[in-house]
Amino acid sequence: MPASLIDADSLLAIDIGTVTTRAVLFDVVEGHYRFVAIGQAPSTAAAPFRDVSEGVRQAIENLQAITGRTLLTNDHKLIMPVQNGLGVDTFAASLSAGPPIKTVVAGLLADVSLESVKRLARSTYARVVETLGMNDQRKPEEQIDSILRLRPDLILIAGGTDGGATRSVQKLIEVIGLACYLLPAEIRPVILYAGNNALAAEVKSALEPLSSALYISPNLRPTLETEDLQPAQRILAEHYTQTRRRQMSGLDELNAWAGGMLVPTAYATGRMIRFLSQDSQNGILGVDIGASAVSVAAGFGGELTMGVYPQLGLGESLPGLLRYTSLDDILRWIPLDLPADVVQQYLYQKALYPGSVPALPEDLAIEQGVARQALHLAVQAAARDFPAGVKRLGAGLLPPLDLILGGGGILTQAPTRGQSLLMLLDAIQPTGCVTVFLDQNGLLPALGAAASRNPLLPVQVIESGAFLRLATVVAPVVSARLGTPVLDVRLVDQSGNETRLNVKQGALEMLPLTPGHSGRLFVRPLHHADIGFGPGRAPAQGIPVSGAVLGVVIDARGRPLRFPADHVRRREIIKKWLWTLGG
Amino acid sequence: MLAPVTHILPLTTLRRERLLPVPGRVVVRLDQKVNPVDVIAEAVMGTEHVLYDVARAFGVRPEAADKMMRVSNNETVQRGQVIAQSAGLIPRTFRADRDGRVVAAGGGQVLLEVGGGTVELYAGLPGVVTRIIPERGAEITFIGALLQGVWGNGRVDTGLMLPLLSQPDEVLKPGRLDVSLRGSVLLAGHCGEAAVLQAAAELPVRGLILASMSPALIPLALQMRYPIVVMDGFGRQAMNAVAFKLLATNVKRETTLCAEPYDRHTGTRPEILIPLPAGQSPAPPRDIEAFAPNQRVRLCRAPHLGEAATLLTLLPGLTTMPSGIRVPAAEVKLESGEQIVVPLANLEILG
Repeated sequence: MPASLIDADSLLAIDIGTVTTRAVLFDVVEGHYRFVAIGQAPSTAAAPFRDVSEGVRQAIENLQAITGRTLLTNDHKLIMPVQNGLGVDTFAASLSAGPPIKTVVAGLLADVSLESVKRLARSTYARVVETLGMNDQRKPEEQIDSILRLRPDLILIAGGTDGGATRSVQKLIEVIGLACYLLPAEIRPVILYAGNNALAAEVKSALEPLSSALYISPNLRPTLETEDLQPAQRILAEHYTQTRRRQMSGLDELNAWAGGMLVPTAYATGRMIRFLSQDSQNGILGVDIGASAVSVAAGFGGELTMGVYPQLGLGESLPGLLRYTSLDDILRWIPLDLPADVVQQYLYQKALYPGSVPALPEDLAIEQGVARQALHLAVQAAARDFPAGVKRLGAGLLPPLDLILGGGGILTQAPTRGQSLLMLLDAIQPTGCVTVFLDQNGLLPALGAAASRNPLLPVQVIESGAFLRLATVVAPVVSARLGTPVLDVRLVDQSGNETRLNVKQGALEMLPLTPGHSGRLFVRPLHHADIGFGPGRAPAQGIPVSGAVLGVVIDARGRPLRFPADHVRRREIIKKWLWTLGG
Repeated sequence: MLAPVTHILPLTTLRRERLLPVPGRVVVRLDQKVNPVDVIAEAVMGTEHVLYDVARAFGVRPEAADKMMRVSNNETVQRGQVIAQSAGLIPRTFRADRDGRVVAAGGGQVLLEVGGGTVELYAGLPGVVTRIIPERGAEITFIGALLQGVWGNGRVDTGLMLPLLSQPDEVLKPGRLDVSLRGSVLLAGHCGEAAVLQAAAELPVRGLILASMSPALIPLALQMRYPIVVMDGFGRQAMNAVAFKLLATNVKRETTLCAEPYDRHTGTRPEILIPLPAGQSPAPPRDIEAFAPNQRVRLCRAPHLGEAATLLTLLPGLTTMPSGIRVPAAEVKLESGEQIVVPLANLEILG
C-alpha cells in the first residue's frame, strides 16, 4: 500500500493482565504500520492498589525508556494526539485482570438454550455459579434463595426461539426478578437477556428497575437449529468492562483515552482470530495461557469459537485445577522423577504468588507440565464447541488447522523456542499441516483492541512478521504400530538443497529451514497416513513452506499422544523430544 | 519496581472498618475496648423464602388473586394466618404454613421471608472502637505486633501463645500436644499429619500458627473450629527468620489469630495480632513499596523457598537463571550468610 494512503497515526495499546501490564507502541515505518516496542510492569489491579493506573504508568514509562519517546506529561497524563513529536495519536486498551465474574445462567432446554447461554458465559472471564433451567426440580423459592446466597455479578438469560415459548421464559424472569428485588440495590447484578425476542419489552419493564444494568441482545437461538452468539458476546464484553470499572480504579480514565473502547483481552484476541480465519482454508487457533485464565479462540471461515477458562488459569485458581485433572495427568508431562506431592505443593505455592517464576530446572519442568495439562484441557473443552461441519481426521481429534498462535508468559518466557513449541504440540496435539507462531510480545490482544480504532493497523503489523514463526508442523493421523514408517519426507529449499527423511510412527523429527528461507515439502504418506489431504494423499507439487526458528517439524508421535507405561521410558522419551527440538 | 509486601511488624497501628452486610444495630460505643469475638453490631436477616402462588391455588388470574390478598408488603404473618381469601358464599382461604415476613406480594403471588435469625458482626480484632458507622458497624483500632501469613482457615480466636518449637524448621508431631496446652494458641513449625490437627481440636486449642503445612491437609484444616494461620507456604518449609524471631519474643502474650483466607483482590490476609502497649500511635503498615537495597525480603519460590534475606543489589537488565529463563533479578544475602541471585518476581518485602 502506498504510504500516502495511511494516516500517519501512532497507536499505544495497553493490556492489563493479572500479573503484567503491557504497553505496546505501533507506528508508521516506511509507509506501513509496525510494532515498535513494548514496555512492561507488574499489574496493580489487585490490592493494595486496586487501581490499574500505577501499573499502566510504569509500563508506559518503561516503553518511554526503551524508545526514547515521551508519551506522558510530567503529571502522568497521556499526550494525545501527538504534539511537537511527543505522545501518540490514538490509544486502545484491553483487560483480563480481576477475579472471574460470578455468573448465573438461565435457559430452558439443557441441550438448546442452556447450552448456548453457557457457551456465551465461556466466552468471557466468567465463573458460572448457578444454572436455572426448565428441568430444574427445585421450587422457585429454592432458586431464589440460591441466587440470594450467591450474590452474582451477572445473570445471563436465554430461552425460547423467536416466536416460540413464552410462559416458561416468563417463569424464569419471575424467579430472577424476585431474587433481584430482594438483593440490596447496591449489589444487584447486571442482566443480559438473549432469549425469545417477543418477550424483550416485557423483560425490560420487569427487570430493568431490579438490576444494576439490563441489556437486551438478539436471541442466541432464534431457531432450534441456529445459534448466534456474536451480538451477545459484544454486549457481554461491554458489560465486563463496566463491571471491572466498578471494581477497580483507573479504568475510567483508560476507557476515556480509548474512546470508550476498553475491551476484555479475550474478546480482543477473538476479534483477531475471527478476522484471520476469514481467508483461511482450514481453521486458525489462538491460545493464551495466562494467570487469570487459559483462553482458546478458534476461527473457521470467519466463525469464532471462544472459550475462556478461568478455572484453568496458572494463577490463584491453580489448586482448583485438580478438580478437573489428576496429579498423574500433570506428572506424565514432566521429564523428571518427582513425587506427586511436590507437584501438589507447587500448585498451592504458585497460587499464592502468581507472578513468581521458576528459577530452577525442576521448577520449570513442573510449571511447563502444569501449563501443558491446563492448555490441553482448555483446547479439549473448546473443541467440543467447534462448528459441527468442521472436518476432523479422526474421532476426538482436533480438526486440521492452518495456523496456531500461542501466547502467554509460560510460552514466551520459556528458555528455548523448542520448549515453547513442544508445549504447544503436546497440549494442542494438532493434526495435518499447520504453521505454529509465537506471540512473543503479547501483541494479539493489543491488535484486537486496536482494530476498532484503526482496522488497517493489525493487518499490516501481522504482515510485517510481528509474530515469531516457530515451525511448520506436519502431524499425520495413522493407525500403525510404533516404529512403522509412516511418511517419506523430502524438503527442497529455495537453493535446491534436499533433505530426506523416513519418518516412523512415534517419532518427532526436525528439518532445518531457517527464517528468511523458503522451500517445498514433498510428503509421501504411507499406511494411509492422513496429513490433511485424505488418507495416503499429499500434493504432488509439494507443500510450500517458509523458514522458521525450528524449520519443519514432523510430529508422528500419534494422535492422541500416548506415553509408555514405564515411567523411566516415559521420561526418557520426553527428554528425547525436547532434545530433538533443540533442548 | 513495585514490590509485594508482607507485614511482619513488631509495633504498628491498624485501623479496620467492620460492617454488617445489611443495615442493623450497632451495639458498641466509641472508645470501647473490644476483643475479636465481641459482637459489635447485629441485624435481623431471613435465611430462606417461601413462595405462595395464590392465583394458581385459586385457579384465577393473577390480577384477580391480587384483589383477594389479605397481607401486604413487610407485614409479619403467623403460621395459619390467612394470606388470601376468595369472595362468594363459601369463601376459600389460603393460609401461611410458616411464620415469616411478607417481602413481596403481587402478580398473584406472595413471597415470605422465613427462618429469620440474627446476624452478629464480630470485632474480628482486638482494639478500641474509634468510630461508629451508624446502622452498619464500627472502625476498630489495634496497636501491637502484626504478622501476616499466607493461608488461613477462616476462623478467629484469641489465647495465650505457647511455643512448640525451638527451631523454625521443626515438624510438629501429635505427641507434642498435651492437656497443658488446652486453650492456648500454639506456635509450631511444619505440620504434615492429620493427627496433629485432630489432636489440637480435641484439646481444644485456641489457634495454631504453622510455618508450613502439607496441602493435603487443607480440607481437614478448613473443618477445624480453631483458627490456623500458615506463615510461609505449602510443603515442608521452615518459618522465615523474621517472623520466627518476632513470635518467639512474644510467647506467653495474648495473641489473636484472624485466619481470614488470602484474597489478592481485596487484600484480605490471615493475620496474627499481638496487642502491645505503646505511648503514642505507632506508624501504620506501609502497603506500597519499591524494591531497594538493604530491605528485608522473603523468597517465595525455590531455591530457599520461604527464607528471609537481605536485598543487596538490584541487578541491571535481565539475568539468566539456572532454569534458563531470563528475568530481572537481585542479589540477596540469606540468614546463613550465603549470597544468591534470585528473580525479583520471587521476592516480597517483609516490613
